[in-house]
Amino acid sequence: MSEPEEKNNLNETGPDGLTGPMDRRTFLKVTIGTLGAVYAGAVGYPIYRYLASPVEESDLAGAVTKVTLDNALDLPKNAALMFKFGSSPAMLIHHDDDSWTALSAVCTHLGCTPSYLPDRKVIYCPCHGGVYDANTGANISGPPPKPLTEFKVSKDNGKITISRT
Amino acid sequence: MAKSQSAAPKKTASNQVNNPFYRWLDERLGLTDLKSLAASKTVPDHRLSFWYYWGGITLFLFIVMCFSGVLLLIYYRPGDEAYDSVRKITYDIKFGWLIRSTHSWAANLMIVSAFVHMFSAYFMKAFRKPREFTWWSGLGLLVLAMIFGFSGYLLPMDVLSFFATKVGLSIPAFIPVVGQWVANLVRGGVEISSYTVSRFFALHVVVLPAIFVPTLLFHLAMVQKHGMSLPESEETKPEAERKTIPFFPNFALRDLGMWLVTLNVLGFLAAVYPWGLGEQADALKPAPMDIHPEWYFMSSFQVLKIFGQWFAGGFGEFLGLSFFTLGLVMWALVPLYDNNRENGIKARRATYFGLLALLILVVTTLWGYAGLIK
Repeated sequence: MSEPEEKNNLNETGPDGLTGPMDRRTFLKVTIGTLGAVYAGAVGYPIYRYLASPVEESDLAGAVTKVTLDNALDLPKNAALMFKFGSSPAMLIHHDDDSWTALSAVCTHLGCTPSYLPDRKVIYCPCHGGVYDANTGANISGPPPKPLTEFKVSKDNGKITISRT
Repeated sequence: MAKSQSAAPKKTASNQVNNPFYRWLDERLGLTDLKSLAASKTVPDHRLSFWYYWGGITLFLFIVMCFSGVLLLIYYRPGDEAYDSVRKITYDIKFGWLIRSTHSWAANLMIVSAFVHMFSAYFMKAFRKPREFTWWSGLGLLVLAMIFGFSGYLLPMDVLSFFATKVGLSIPAFIPVVGQWVANLVRGGVEISSYTVSRFFALHVVVLPAIFVPTLLFHLAMVQKHGMSLPESEETKPEAERKTIPFFPNFALRDLGMWLVTLNVLGFLAAVYPWGLGEQADALKPAPMDIHPEWYFMSSFQVLKIFGQWFAGGFGEFLGLSFFTLGLVMWALVPLYDNNRENGIKARRATYFGLLALLILVVTTLWGYAGLIK
Protein backbone atom coordinates (compact mmCIF):
# COMPACT_ATOMS: atom_id res chain seq x y z
CA MET A 1 0.00 0.00 0.00
CA SER A 2 2.81 2.33 0.91
CA GLU A 3 4.91 1.69 -2.17
CA PRO A 4 3.04 3.77 -4.72
CA GLU A 5 2.86 6.63 -2.24
CA GLU A 6 6.59 6.53 -1.71
CA LYS A 7 7.21 6.59 -5.43
CA ASN A 8 4.87 9.52 -5.80
CA ASN A 9 6.83 11.48 -3.26
CA LEU A 10 10.10 10.72 -4.95
CA ASN A 11 8.68 11.85 -8.28
CA GLU A 12 7.45 15.06 -6.77
CA THR A 13 10.91 16.07 -5.63
CA GLY A 14 13.30 17.30 -8.24
CA PRO A 15 12.23 20.21 -10.40
CA ASP A 16 11.26 22.57 -7.63
CA GLY A 17 13.48 22.45 -4.57
CA LEU A 18 10.84 23.88 -2.22
CA THR A 19 8.89 20.64 -1.93
CA GLY A 20 12.05 18.67 -1.05
CA PRO A 21 12.04 18.81 2.79
CA MET A 22 8.32 18.20 2.97
CA ASP A 23 8.63 15.11 0.83
CA ARG A 24 11.41 13.76 2.96
CA ARG A 25 9.14 14.16 5.98
CA THR A 26 6.24 12.45 4.24
CA PHE A 27 8.53 9.70 3.04
CA LEU A 28 9.76 9.12 6.60
CA LYS A 29 6.24 9.17 7.95
CA VAL A 30 5.08 6.62 5.42
CA THR A 31 8.11 4.39 5.99
CA ILE A 32 7.80 4.51 9.77
CA GLY A 33 4.05 4.02 9.54
CA THR A 34 4.48 0.99 7.30
CA LEU A 35 7.18 -0.46 9.52
CA GLY A 36 4.98 0.13 12.56
CA ALA A 37 2.09 -1.63 10.84
CA VAL A 38 4.34 -4.58 9.95
CA TYR A 39 5.46 -4.91 13.59
CA ALA A 40 1.92 -4.52 14.88
CA GLY A 41 0.84 -7.26 12.48
CA ALA A 42 3.74 -9.56 13.34
CA VAL A 43 2.95 -9.25 17.05
CA GLY A 44 -0.81 -8.98 16.74
CA TYR A 45 -1.50 -11.84 14.35
CA PRO A 46 -0.09 -14.68 16.54
CA ILE A 47 -1.82 -13.19 19.57
CA TYR A 48 -5.12 -13.03 17.70
CA ARG A 49 -4.81 -16.64 16.50
CA TYR A 50 -3.80 -17.72 20.02
CA LEU A 51 -6.87 -16.11 21.54
CA ALA A 52 -9.15 -17.31 18.73
CA SER A 53 -7.90 -20.88 18.95
CA PRO A 54 -10.92 -22.20 20.93
CA VAL A 55 -13.25 -20.40 18.50
CA GLU A 56 -11.63 -22.29 15.63
CA GLU A 57 -11.96 -25.46 17.67
CA SER A 58 -15.69 -24.97 18.26
CA ASP A 59 -16.17 -23.95 14.63
CA LEU A 60 -14.69 -27.30 13.68
CA ALA A 61 -16.95 -29.06 16.17
CA GLY A 62 -19.89 -27.05 14.79
CA ALA A 63 -19.17 -28.38 11.31
CA VAL A 64 -20.33 -31.84 12.49
CA THR A 65 -23.20 -33.07 10.34
CA LYS A 66 -24.11 -36.31 12.08
CA VAL A 67 -24.33 -37.62 15.64
CA THR A 68 -25.05 -41.22 16.66
CA LEU A 69 -26.74 -41.83 20.00
CA ASP A 70 -26.14 -45.37 21.28
CA ASN A 71 -28.78 -45.79 23.98
CA ALA A 72 -31.40 -43.38 22.68
CA LEU A 73 -33.89 -46.16 21.89
CA ASP A 74 -34.21 -46.80 25.64
CA LEU A 75 -35.78 -43.34 25.98
CA PRO A 76 -39.37 -43.78 27.32
CA LYS A 77 -42.29 -42.20 25.54
CA ASN A 78 -43.20 -38.58 26.30
CA ALA A 79 -39.64 -37.81 27.36
CA ALA A 80 -36.65 -35.94 26.01
CA LEU A 81 -32.92 -36.60 25.93
CA MET A 82 -30.37 -33.80 25.83
CA PHE A 83 -27.29 -34.34 23.69
CA LYS A 84 -24.55 -32.30 22.08
CA PHE A 85 -24.72 -31.63 18.37
CA GLY A 86 -21.37 -30.15 17.42
CA SER A 87 -20.71 -27.65 20.15
CA SER A 88 -24.34 -26.75 20.95
CA PRO A 89 -27.02 -28.54 22.97
CA ALA A 90 -29.83 -30.37 21.18
CA MET A 91 -32.77 -32.49 22.31
CA LEU A 92 -34.30 -35.74 21.12
CA ILE A 93 -38.00 -36.18 21.94
CA HIS A 94 -39.78 -39.53 21.98
CA HIS A 95 -43.48 -38.79 21.39
CA ASP A 96 -46.49 -40.78 22.67
CA ASP A 97 -47.20 -42.03 19.13
CA ASP A 98 -43.63 -43.53 19.01
CA SER A 99 -42.44 -40.87 16.57
CA TRP A 100 -39.17 -39.02 17.19
CA THR A 101 -38.16 -35.40 16.84
CA ALA A 102 -34.66 -33.92 17.15
CA LEU A 103 -34.32 -30.17 17.59
CA SER A 104 -31.63 -27.68 18.37
CA ALA A 105 -31.90 -26.75 22.05
CA VAL A 106 -30.75 -23.17 21.66
CA CYS A 107 -33.64 -20.76 22.12
CA THR A 108 -33.88 -18.49 19.08
CA HIS A 109 -34.62 -15.54 21.35
CA LEU A 110 -31.45 -15.11 23.47
CA GLY A 111 -29.75 -18.49 23.40
CA CYS A 112 -30.99 -20.14 26.62
CA THR A 113 -31.40 -23.90 26.68
CA PRO A 114 -35.13 -24.76 26.72
CA SER A 115 -36.61 -27.99 28.07
CA TYR A 116 -39.43 -30.40 27.10
CA LEU A 117 -42.50 -30.21 29.35
CA PRO A 118 -44.11 -33.73 29.33
CA ASP A 119 -47.43 -32.60 30.85
CA ARG A 120 -47.98 -29.76 28.33
CA LYS A 121 -46.13 -31.54 25.48
CA VAL A 122 -44.36 -28.36 24.42
CA ILE A 123 -40.83 -27.03 24.58
CA TYR A 124 -40.53 -24.23 27.07
CA CYS A 125 -37.74 -21.74 27.59
CA PRO A 126 -37.73 -20.50 31.21
CA CYS A 127 -35.59 -17.44 30.52
CA HIS A 128 -38.35 -15.35 28.90
CA GLY A 129 -41.25 -17.76 28.58
CA GLY A 130 -40.83 -18.81 24.95
CA VAL A 131 -42.89 -21.82 23.84
CA TYR A 132 -42.18 -24.11 20.87
CA ASP A 133 -44.10 -26.95 19.27
CA ALA A 134 -42.54 -30.26 20.34
CA ASN A 135 -43.13 -31.91 16.95
CA THR A 136 -41.85 -29.24 14.60
CA GLY A 137 -39.97 -26.75 16.73
CA ALA A 138 -42.26 -23.95 15.55
CA ASN A 139 -42.38 -20.94 17.86
CA ILE A 140 -45.88 -20.83 19.35
CA SER A 141 -45.79 -18.01 21.88
CA GLY A 142 -43.49 -15.71 23.77
CA PRO A 143 -40.54 -13.76 22.41
CA PRO A 144 -38.78 -16.34 20.14
CA PRO A 145 -38.60 -14.89 16.59
CA LYS A 146 -37.89 -18.16 14.78
CA PRO A 147 -38.57 -21.90 15.13
CA LEU A 148 -35.91 -24.23 16.57
CA THR A 149 -33.78 -25.90 13.92
CA GLU A 150 -35.03 -29.41 13.23
CA PHE A 151 -32.68 -32.33 12.60
CA LYS A 152 -33.32 -35.55 10.72
CA VAL A 153 -33.76 -38.67 12.88
CA SER A 154 -33.00 -42.13 11.50
CA LYS A 155 -33.10 -45.47 13.31
CA ASP A 156 -30.85 -48.34 12.39
CA ASN A 157 -29.20 -51.25 14.22
CA GLY A 158 -30.69 -50.21 17.53
CA LYS A 159 -29.08 -46.81 17.31
CA ILE A 160 -30.45 -43.38 16.52
CA THR A 161 -28.57 -41.13 14.14
CA ILE A 162 -29.25 -37.41 14.04
CA SER A 163 -28.16 -35.44 11.01
CA ARG A 164 -28.60 -32.02 9.51
CA THR A 165 -31.57 -31.78 7.17
CA MET B 1 2.13 22.02 1.16
CA ALA B 2 5.06 23.98 2.52
CA LYS B 3 2.61 26.59 3.71
CA SER B 4 0.62 24.17 5.78
CA GLN B 5 3.79 22.83 7.36
CA SER B 6 4.88 26.17 8.76
CA ALA B 7 1.39 26.95 9.95
CA ALA B 8 0.82 23.61 11.63
CA PRO B 9 2.80 23.89 14.91
CA LYS B 10 1.39 27.30 15.79
CA LYS B 11 -2.10 26.13 15.17
CA THR B 12 -1.80 23.03 17.39
CA ALA B 13 -0.20 25.00 20.23
CA SER B 14 -2.93 27.60 20.35
CA ASN B 15 -5.49 24.88 19.75
CA GLN B 16 -4.36 23.04 22.85
CA VAL B 17 -4.56 26.10 25.07
CA ASN B 18 -7.92 27.18 23.73
CA ASN B 19 -9.35 23.72 23.42
CA PRO B 20 -11.88 23.51 26.25
CA PHE B 21 -11.38 19.75 26.56
CA TYR B 22 -7.61 20.14 26.92
CA ARG B 23 -8.18 22.87 29.53
CA TRP B 24 -10.65 20.69 31.39
CA LEU B 25 -8.09 17.83 31.54
CA ASP B 26 -5.19 20.16 32.30
CA GLU B 27 -6.90 21.72 35.30
CA ARG B 28 -7.45 18.25 36.73
CA LEU B 29 -4.36 16.29 35.61
CA GLY B 30 -1.73 19.01 35.29
CA LEU B 31 -0.85 18.15 31.70
CA THR B 32 1.07 21.38 31.17
CA ASP B 33 3.35 20.55 34.12
CA LEU B 34 4.01 17.13 32.62
CA LYS B 35 4.72 18.68 29.24
CA SER B 36 7.20 21.18 30.63
CA LEU B 37 8.85 18.36 32.62
CA ALA B 38 9.20 16.28 29.46
CA ALA B 39 10.50 19.30 27.55
CA SER B 40 13.16 20.22 30.12
CA LYS B 41 14.39 16.75 31.10
CA THR B 42 17.84 15.98 29.69
CA VAL B 43 20.10 12.92 29.71
CA PRO B 44 23.92 13.06 29.79
CA ASP B 45 25.58 12.08 26.54
CA HIS B 46 29.10 10.65 26.68
CA ARG B 47 31.13 7.64 25.62
CA LEU B 48 29.56 5.42 28.34
CA SER B 49 25.96 6.43 27.52
CA PHE B 50 25.41 3.05 25.93
CA TRP B 51 25.02 1.54 29.39
CA TYR B 52 22.11 3.85 30.16
CA TYR B 53 19.84 1.79 27.93
CA TRP B 54 20.02 -1.47 29.86
CA GLY B 55 17.54 -0.44 32.52
CA GLY B 56 15.07 0.42 29.77
CA ILE B 57 15.71 -2.89 28.02
CA THR B 58 15.02 -4.72 31.28
CA LEU B 59 11.82 -2.71 31.68
CA PHE B 60 10.74 -3.55 28.13
CA LEU B 61 11.34 -7.25 28.72
CA PHE B 62 9.34 -7.04 31.94
CA ILE B 63 6.44 -5.54 29.99
CA VAL B 64 6.74 -8.41 27.47
CA MET B 65 6.71 -10.84 30.42
CA CYS B 66 3.48 -9.29 31.70
CA PHE B 67 1.69 -9.52 28.36
CA SER B 68 2.90 -12.98 27.41
CA GLY B 69 2.24 -14.12 30.99
CA VAL B 70 -1.37 -12.97 30.87
CA LEU B 71 -1.77 -14.78 27.54
CA LEU B 72 -0.40 -18.01 29.05
CA LEU B 73 -2.70 -17.55 32.02
CA ILE B 74 -5.65 -17.86 29.67
CA TYR B 75 -4.95 -21.57 29.03
CA TYR B 76 -2.64 -22.62 31.86
CA ARG B 77 -4.15 -24.55 34.78
CA PRO B 78 -2.18 -25.12 37.99
CA GLY B 79 -2.39 -28.28 40.07
CA ASP B 80 -2.92 -31.75 38.63
CA GLU B 81 -3.65 -30.49 35.12
CA ALA B 82 -0.51 -28.34 34.92
CA TYR B 83 1.47 -30.52 32.51
CA ASP B 84 -1.53 -31.26 30.29
CA SER B 85 -2.44 -27.62 30.00
CA VAL B 86 1.14 -26.67 29.03
CA ARG B 87 1.18 -29.54 26.53
CA LYS B 88 -2.05 -28.16 25.07
CA ILE B 89 -0.58 -24.63 24.91
CA THR B 90 2.56 -25.93 23.23
CA TYR B 91 1.02 -28.31 20.70
CA ASP B 92 -2.72 -27.62 20.29
CA ILE B 93 -3.41 -23.93 20.73
CA LYS B 94 -2.49 -21.88 17.66
CA PHE B 95 0.82 -20.04 18.23
CA GLY B 96 0.78 -21.24 21.84
CA TRP B 97 4.35 -22.48 21.39
CA LEU B 98 5.40 -18.99 20.31
CA ILE B 99 3.74 -17.25 23.26
CA ARG B 100 5.30 -19.71 25.69
CA SER B 101 8.67 -19.50 23.97
CA THR B 102 8.51 -15.70 24.07
CA HIS B 103 7.74 -15.80 27.79
CA SER B 104 10.66 -18.12 28.55
CA TRP B 105 13.16 -16.31 26.34
CA ALA B 106 12.07 -12.90 27.62
CA ALA B 107 12.60 -14.17 31.17
CA ASN B 108 16.15 -15.23 30.39
CA LEU B 109 16.96 -12.06 28.45
CA MET B 110 15.48 -9.98 31.25
CA ILE B 111 17.81 -11.55 33.79
CA VAL B 112 20.74 -10.97 31.39
CA SER B 113 19.88 -7.31 30.88
CA ALA B 114 19.24 -6.84 34.61
CA PHE B 115 22.71 -8.22 35.34
CA VAL B 116 24.29 -5.97 32.69
CA HIS B 117 22.35 -3.02 34.11
CA MET B 118 23.46 -3.84 37.66
CA PHE B 119 27.13 -4.34 36.87
CA SER B 120 27.32 -1.24 34.67
CA ALA B 121 25.67 0.79 37.45
CA TYR B 122 28.14 -0.76 39.87
CA PHE B 123 31.29 0.02 37.91
CA MET B 124 30.06 3.50 37.00
CA LYS B 125 29.53 4.05 40.75
CA ALA B 126 25.90 4.96 40.16
CA PHE B 127 25.01 3.68 43.65
CA ARG B 128 26.69 6.59 45.42
CA LYS B 129 24.85 9.30 47.34
CA PRO B 130 22.03 10.19 46.71
CA ARG B 131 21.17 7.01 44.78
CA GLU B 132 21.44 4.39 47.54
CA PHE B 133 17.74 3.59 47.42
CA THR B 134 17.86 3.24 43.66
CA TRP B 135 20.60 0.63 44.17
CA TRP B 136 18.71 -1.22 46.91
CA SER B 137 15.39 -1.25 45.07
CA GLY B 138 17.19 -2.45 41.93
CA LEU B 139 18.85 -5.24 43.86
CA GLY B 140 15.45 -6.15 45.32
CA LEU B 141 14.03 -6.28 41.80
CA LEU B 142 16.79 -8.65 40.68
CA VAL B 143 16.17 -10.99 43.62
CA LEU B 144 12.43 -10.89 42.88
CA ALA B 145 13.12 -11.59 39.21
CA MET B 146 15.12 -14.65 40.18
CA ILE B 147 12.31 -15.89 42.42
CA PHE B 148 9.99 -15.25 39.47
CA GLY B 149 12.28 -17.43 37.39
CA PHE B 150 12.49 -20.18 39.97
CA SER B 151 8.74 -20.33 40.56
CA GLY B 152 7.91 -20.09 36.86
CA TYR B 153 10.31 -22.88 36.00
CA LEU B 154 8.23 -25.45 37.91
CA LEU B 155 4.88 -24.55 36.35
CA PRO B 156 5.08 -26.82 33.25
CA MET B 157 5.76 -29.80 35.58
CA ASP B 158 7.96 -31.65 33.13
CA VAL B 159 10.85 -33.82 34.27
CA LEU B 160 13.46 -31.06 34.14
CA SER B 161 11.39 -28.48 36.01
CA PHE B 162 10.42 -31.10 38.59
CA PHE B 163 14.00 -32.04 39.43
CA ALA B 164 15.37 -28.50 39.22
CA THR B 165 12.78 -27.46 41.78
CA LYS B 166 13.44 -30.53 43.87
CA VAL B 167 17.14 -29.68 44.09
CA GLY B 168 16.44 -25.98 44.55
CA LEU B 169 14.07 -26.57 47.43
CA SER B 170 16.50 -28.89 49.17
CA ILE B 171 18.87 -25.94 49.60
CA PRO B 172 16.96 -24.07 52.34
CA ALA B 173 17.04 -27.36 54.26
CA PHE B 174 20.71 -26.63 55.02
CA ILE B 175 19.77 -23.59 57.10
CA PRO B 176 20.11 -24.84 60.68
CA VAL B 177 17.02 -25.38 62.86
CA VAL B 178 14.29 -23.80 60.69
CA GLY B 179 15.56 -24.89 57.25
CA GLN B 180 13.59 -28.11 56.87
CA TRP B 181 10.46 -26.51 58.18
CA VAL B 182 10.72 -23.60 55.74
CA ALA B 183 11.42 -25.94 52.80
CA ASN B 184 8.38 -28.10 53.61
CA LEU B 185 6.17 -25.06 53.92
CA VAL B 186 7.29 -23.64 50.57
CA ARG B 187 6.93 -27.06 48.95
CA GLY B 188 3.56 -27.84 50.54
CA GLY B 189 4.71 -31.25 51.77
CA VAL B 190 7.90 -33.27 51.82
CA GLU B 191 7.77 -33.98 48.07
CA ILE B 192 7.02 -31.83 45.03
CA SER B 193 3.36 -32.35 44.16
CA SER B 194 0.40 -30.55 42.65
CA TYR B 195 0.27 -28.56 45.90
CA THR B 196 3.73 -27.19 45.09
CA VAL B 197 2.62 -26.18 41.60
CA SER B 198 -0.46 -24.42 42.95
CA ARG B 199 1.44 -22.39 45.52
CA PHE B 200 4.25 -21.56 43.09
CA PHE B 201 1.56 -20.47 40.67
CA ALA B 202 -0.04 -18.15 43.24
CA LEU B 203 3.42 -16.81 44.05
CA HIS B 204 4.32 -16.34 40.39
CA VAL B 205 1.19 -14.61 39.15
CA VAL B 206 -0.13 -12.75 42.20
CA VAL B 207 2.29 -12.38 45.10
CA LEU B 208 5.47 -11.58 43.18
CA PRO B 209 3.86 -9.10 40.74
CA ALA B 210 2.17 -7.38 43.69
CA ILE B 211 5.61 -6.81 45.26
CA PHE B 212 7.56 -6.32 42.03
CA VAL B 213 5.43 -3.62 40.41
CA PRO B 214 5.47 -1.14 43.35
CA THR B 215 9.22 -1.75 43.80
CA LEU B 216 9.71 -1.08 40.09
CA LEU B 217 7.67 2.14 40.29
CA PHE B 218 9.76 3.24 43.27
CA HIS B 219 12.95 2.42 41.36
CA LEU B 220 11.77 4.44 38.34
CA ALA B 221 10.63 7.33 40.55
CA MET B 222 14.13 7.42 42.09
CA VAL B 223 15.71 7.44 38.64
CA GLN B 224 13.44 10.32 37.67
CA LYS B 225 14.14 12.20 40.91
CA HIS B 226 17.93 12.00 40.78
CA GLY B 227 18.44 11.81 37.02
CA MET B 228 21.09 9.67 35.37
CA SER B 229 24.28 9.22 37.33
CA LEU B 230 27.49 10.45 35.72
CA PRO B 231 30.52 8.17 35.56
CA GLU B 232 33.76 9.40 37.12
CA SER B 233 35.25 10.32 33.75
CA GLU B 234 32.37 12.75 33.17
CA GLU B 235 32.07 14.09 36.67
CA THR B 236 35.62 15.38 36.67
CA LYS B 237 34.93 17.45 33.55
CA PRO B 238 33.89 21.07 34.00
CA GLU B 239 30.15 21.49 33.65
CA ALA B 240 30.47 23.41 30.38
CA GLU B 241 32.16 20.48 28.67
CA ARG B 242 29.50 17.92 29.61
CA LYS B 243 27.09 17.17 26.82
CA THR B 244 23.41 16.37 27.25
CA ILE B 245 20.58 15.41 24.96
CA PRO B 246 16.90 16.14 25.53
CA PHE B 247 15.06 13.19 27.05
CA PHE B 248 12.12 13.85 24.77
CA PRO B 249 12.28 13.00 21.95
CA ASN B 250 16.00 12.23 21.51
CA PHE B 251 16.67 9.82 24.36
CA ALA B 252 13.16 8.36 24.26
CA LEU B 253 13.58 7.56 20.55
CA ARG B 254 16.95 5.90 21.15
CA ASP B 255 15.35 3.96 23.98
CA LEU B 256 12.58 2.93 21.60
CA GLY B 257 15.25 1.89 19.07
CA MET B 258 16.85 -0.36 21.68
CA TRP B 259 13.45 -1.82 22.51
CA LEU B 260 12.97 -2.59 18.84
CA VAL B 261 16.36 -4.30 18.68
CA THR B 262 15.41 -6.29 21.80
CA LEU B 263 12.07 -7.23 20.27
CA ASN B 264 13.85 -8.48 17.15
CA VAL B 265 16.34 -10.55 19.15
CA LEU B 266 13.52 -11.93 21.29
CA GLY B 267 11.35 -12.73 18.27
CA PHE B 268 14.25 -14.46 16.55
CA LEU B 269 15.15 -16.59 19.57
CA ALA B 270 11.54 -17.47 20.39
CA ALA B 271 10.70 -18.46 16.83
CA VAL B 272 13.94 -20.20 15.83
CA TYR B 273 14.76 -21.83 19.17
CA PRO B 274 11.33 -22.59 20.63
CA TRP B 275 11.25 -23.59 24.27
CA GLY B 276 10.78 -27.33 24.54
CA LEU B 277 8.59 -29.37 26.81
CA GLY B 278 10.00 -32.55 28.35
CA GLU B 279 8.19 -35.64 29.51
CA GLN B 280 5.65 -35.31 32.29
CA ALA B 281 7.21 -35.20 35.75
CA ASP B 282 7.12 -38.54 37.50
CA ALA B 283 8.32 -38.79 41.09
CA LEU B 284 9.25 -42.45 40.58
CA LYS B 285 11.50 -41.90 37.59
CA PRO B 286 15.22 -41.31 38.16
CA ALA B 287 16.57 -37.82 37.52
CA PRO B 288 17.80 -37.18 33.98
CA MET B 289 21.58 -37.25 33.53
CA ASP B 290 21.88 -33.64 32.37
CA ILE B 291 19.89 -32.23 35.27
CA HIS B 292 20.99 -28.69 36.05
CA PRO B 293 19.45 -25.41 37.18
CA GLU B 294 18.81 -22.41 34.96
CA TRP B 295 22.04 -20.58 34.09
CA TYR B 296 21.37 -17.76 36.54
CA PHE B 297 21.37 -20.26 39.41
CA MET B 298 24.32 -22.23 38.07
CA SER B 299 26.87 -20.19 40.02
CA SER B 300 25.22 -20.68 43.41
CA PHE B 301 24.55 -24.33 42.52
CA GLN B 302 28.24 -24.85 41.79
CA VAL B 303 29.41 -23.00 44.92
CA LEU B 304 27.18 -25.25 47.03
CA LYS B 305 28.57 -28.27 45.22
CA ILE B 306 32.18 -27.21 45.80
CA PHE B 307 31.66 -26.48 49.49
CA GLY B 308 29.71 -29.71 49.79
CA GLN B 309 32.71 -31.64 48.50
CA TRP B 310 35.09 -29.84 50.85
CA PHE B 311 33.05 -30.37 54.00
CA ALA B 312 30.86 -33.43 54.42
CA GLY B 313 27.48 -33.81 56.06
CA GLY B 314 25.58 -30.67 55.09
CA PHE B 315 28.05 -28.34 56.79
CA GLY B 316 29.69 -27.55 53.45
CA GLU B 317 26.35 -26.56 51.92
CA PHE B 318 25.65 -24.40 54.93
CA LEU B 319 29.01 -22.69 54.44
CA GLY B 320 28.34 -22.23 50.71
CA LEU B 321 24.95 -20.71 51.49
CA SER B 322 26.55 -18.39 54.05
CA PHE B 323 29.20 -17.44 51.50
CA PHE B 324 26.57 -16.39 49.00
CA THR B 325 24.42 -14.60 51.56
CA LEU B 326 27.44 -12.69 52.86
CA GLY B 327 28.39 -11.73 49.32
CA LEU B 328 24.88 -10.45 48.63
CA VAL B 329 24.80 -8.43 51.86
CA MET B 330 28.19 -6.88 51.08
CA TRP B 331 27.02 -6.14 47.54
CA ALA B 332 23.98 -4.36 48.97
CA LEU B 333 26.04 -2.36 51.47
CA VAL B 334 28.60 -1.09 48.96
CA PRO B 335 26.92 2.37 48.67
CA LEU B 336 27.56 2.91 52.38
CA TYR B 337 31.22 1.96 52.00
CA ASP B 338 32.17 3.56 48.69
CA ASN B 339 30.32 6.81 49.40
CA ASN B 340 32.85 9.46 48.52
CA ARG B 341 32.83 11.38 45.25
CA GLU B 342 36.57 11.85 45.44
CA ASN B 343 37.95 8.57 44.25
CA GLY B 344 40.05 7.18 47.05
CA ILE B 345 41.19 3.81 48.26
CA LYS B 346 37.58 2.82 49.10
CA ALA B 347 36.45 3.44 45.55
CA ARG B 348 39.25 1.28 44.20
CA ARG B 349 38.51 -1.49 46.69
CA ALA B 350 34.83 -1.43 45.74
CA THR B 351 35.81 -1.75 42.08
CA TYR B 352 38.07 -4.71 42.87
CA PHE B 353 35.28 -6.27 44.92
CA GLY B 354 32.97 -5.87 41.91
CA LEU B 355 35.51 -7.46 39.59
CA LEU B 356 36.01 -10.32 42.06
CA ALA B 357 32.24 -10.88 42.31
CA LEU B 358 31.93 -10.89 38.52
CA LEU B 359 34.88 -13.28 38.23
CA ILE B 360 33.43 -15.69 40.80
CA LEU B 361 30.04 -15.62 39.07
CA VAL B 362 31.53 -16.30 35.65
CA VAL B 363 34.04 -18.94 36.75
CA THR B 364 31.62 -20.92 38.92
CA THR B 365 28.98 -20.78 36.18
CA LEU B 366 31.41 -22.10 33.56
CA TRP B 367 32.69 -24.65 36.06
CA GLY B 368 29.13 -25.81 36.61
CA TYR B 369 28.55 -26.28 32.88
CA ALA B 370 31.92 -27.98 32.44
CA GLY B 371 30.90 -30.46 35.14
CA LEU B 372 27.78 -31.29 33.13
CA ILE B 373 29.72 -32.24 30.02
CA LYS B 374 31.77 -34.75 31.99
